[in-house]
Amino acid sequence: MILCRVVGNAVSTVKHPSYQGRSVMVVQPVASDGRSPLGDEFLAIDSVQAGPGDLVLAAREGNTARQVLGNDDDPLHAVILGIVDAVDVTTVQG
Amino acid sequence: MELARVIGRVTATVKYETMQGVRLLLIQPQDAAGAPQGEPMVACDALQSGPGDLVAWITGREAALALPNTFAPVDCTIIEIVDHAWRDRAYLEGA
Repeated sequence: MILCRVVGNAVSTVKHPSYQGRSVMVVQPVASDGRSPLGDEFLAIDSVQAGPGDLVLAAREGNTARQVLGNDDDPLHAVILGIVDAVDVTTVQG
Repeated sequence: MELARVIGRVTATVKYETMQGVRLLLIQPQDAAGAPQGEPMVACDALQSGPGDLVAWITGREAALALPNTFAPVDCTIIEIVDHAWRDRAYLEGA
């Protein structure tokens, strides 16, 4: 699971039946400050009514997506699992 | 899932039996603003997309689940033809 910021969305008419009725967001992986980009953006299916600007928890792995969104035969890969309220980082000094 | 632009077709007459009848396309992964991300790759087509289309594709075991034969040895499949995608990096600053 990774922290991401929702930065946009993608709208499709022609799609695989498993994707009907699902909204697809553009998410940017970010560091624990919630702002610094980490790597390339990707697409994720929304399961929690997240919107642009939200800091979210996302998974990029098929079994997770199928558990959250569908049945064992759905070709789903990336999913938004939650909207993050806060991230506390504790640095342990050696 | 990622975005890509379809940039060509790939024809293979001889291929593994569970891939028979599967259309292959050449795609260039890109971000929502249109900038290329990485190298072009070959994707299976679960829809009827063609060169010029903006599409969404998936990797992993799920790529085969989108095909008629779900036990095909493939790792990249197009599952949406995208009408419109946008992103605004200003959302990284706010909130």
